[in-house]
Amino acid sequence: MSGLKVVFWKELADYLGSRKFLILFTIILVSAISIVYILSQNIGEYLSEISKEYVFLNFFTISLGALPSFIFFVSFFGPLIGIIFGFDAINSERSKGTMSTVVSQPIYRDALINGKFLAGLATISIMLISIILIILGLELGVLGIIPNLEEIWRIIIFFVASVIYIGFWMSMGILFSIVFRQTTTSALVSVMMWIFFAFFVLMISNVIADQVAPLNQNSTLEMIAKNENIKSMIMHISPVVLFQEIVIALLNPSARAFGITALIRGNNLLPTPLPLSQSLLVIWPQFVGLLALMLICFAASYVIFMRQEIRAT
Amino acid sequence: MKTIVLEVKNLIKIYNHTKVVDSINLQIQEGEIFGFLGPNGAGKTTTILMALGLTEPTSGEINVFGYNSTREPLKVKKITSYLPENVGFYEDLTAQENLKYITRLNGIPGKKADAKIEEVLKNVGLQDVTQVEVGKYSKGMKQRLGMAAVLVKEPKLAILDEPTTGIDPKGVEEILELIVRMSREQNITVLLSSHLLYQVQKICTKIGIISQGRIVAQGTIEEIGKSLLKEEKEDLLEVKVANKLTPALVESIKQIEGVMGVEKKSPDHSLEEIYIKYFREG
Repeated sequence: MSGLKVVFWKELADYLGSRKFLILFTIILVSAISIVYILSQNIGEYLSEISKEYVFLNFFTISLGALPSFIFFVSFFGPLIGIIFGFDAINSERSKGTMSTVVSQPIYRDALINGKFLAGLATISIMLISIILIILGLELGVLGIIPNLEEIWRIIIFFVASVIYIGFWMSMGILFSIVFRQTTTSALVSVMMWIFFAFFVLMISNVIADQVAPLNQNSTLEMIAKNENIKSMIMHISPVVLFQEIVIALLNPSARAFGITALIRGNNLLPTPLPLSQSLLVIWPQFVGLLALMLICFAASYVIFMRQEIRAT
Repeated sequence: MKTIVLEVKNLIKIYNHTKVVDSINLQIQEGEIFGFLGPNGAGKTTTILMALGLTEPTSGEINVFGYNSTREPLKVKKITSYLPENVGFYEDLTAQENLKYITRLNGIPGKKADAKIEEVLKNVGLQDVTQVEVGKYSKGMKQRLGMAAVLVKEPKLAILDEPTTGIDPKGVEEILELIVRMSREQNITVLLSSHLLYQVQKICTKIGIISQGRIVAQGTIEEIGKSLLKEEKEDLLEVKVANKLTPALVESIKQIEGVMGVEKKSPDHSLEEIYIKYFREG
């Protein structure tokens, strides 16, 4: 255990002091501050759009003209942050020759990978907590509204989901850093996976759904439903989609369903906000799916790493 | 009887159906500097990795001070230092921070570690650059830092894998000197893997030669030499002449009883001699 602790603190210090961390942190921070600032300056114009019960949450979800919303930044930059923290975790240690020095010390081999993984999660958490707190602080200061208890819970769960989401991308990066010996290869493959999950999955799901259950003007409701179901099944392998749905349900309490159900039944429902427990029920499958994806990636990295040879050449 | 530090029994390692290490038996006693010789790919590094418990042997066993390397790797790694071939350090950390990380991984308490780090950095001659990032070090300095990393955990056994590759002759001399000194002063047993014979001959008390995964010879250099190169050689005498060598002088030497032959040789200076002399004095 002591080995794990030592590796954890060393890696955490490395991450927090690294340039890549500072650059990413600055980008997200600046965007968050500008969103809060613009929104608070023009709050009157958006009164019709924002929900009156949960004023606080609007700051995370509303996009203003050219400026995308804060959750867009997290779902867009989150993968990049995760990949940047993970992609060279193991293979850079190999290529620099530090790996044999570390594993020849009296520690178990898994202390290295566990320490790196936990330090990465801690860094992500620190980064997100500080940004969320800054946004909350700005809102409090500029607008003078206090969040109610339910909003605080929703923000906390949003934070946990974001850590898991970024954690998934990081453990995927770590996995590739173990499988590939070159840091450039693992970086490129990680980015490729990100592009695939963020953009291509949507196109592919459309194509496959139209092949399996083709639609035309005479299609019955059942056929449309089948098409939609296939589409959503394929889409849901993507952590990006899972995360987006989690975030929508959490930060926009009136969301109660996704996909075809929302389309068909959405118009008949009163847009009243759901209580937190009901919102959680809506996103529970997505939440578990996201967590499972992260754990699968980490477990695969762990197993492959423990079986790999130590020698660098 | 001295204690046996490292004992290898019938060690076999098979990678993809080839025997990389084939039934090796070795014994290293306390205080020895054991030269582990062999061409590239003979199985030296594989044997070393198995001794540290970083690779599992296919069969056979290795004991370090009685601890089994495969089953009790932490106990073995606690008392054994390993200097890998192409040793690497975290380049954005200073020498002092790199060593500090190693002492932490070894569970050496803070104050004791700081004193030890200062001591070993002075020992290897890096005391003026302790606060410089390792990325700015030359290859020779990194290798010396590698030696510091070996010493900092106060090992009983030091395993050095090609410790002198890629450094200049003066650096080589210094490292060899350091190895001899640590063996004598701190009673550290040394396993030195190398294919640079000249260096091995200079400092090793015993050698083992490995070829294609098998130990082909083991013992002191004299023993192996006697058994391997059986024919007795004639003694040679070098004579320096004051002026030019004249045929008459050659003739008169030949006349002396017992002389088998006279041969003229131009004095040969080894490049290494010149190099070291130049840089020592310059």
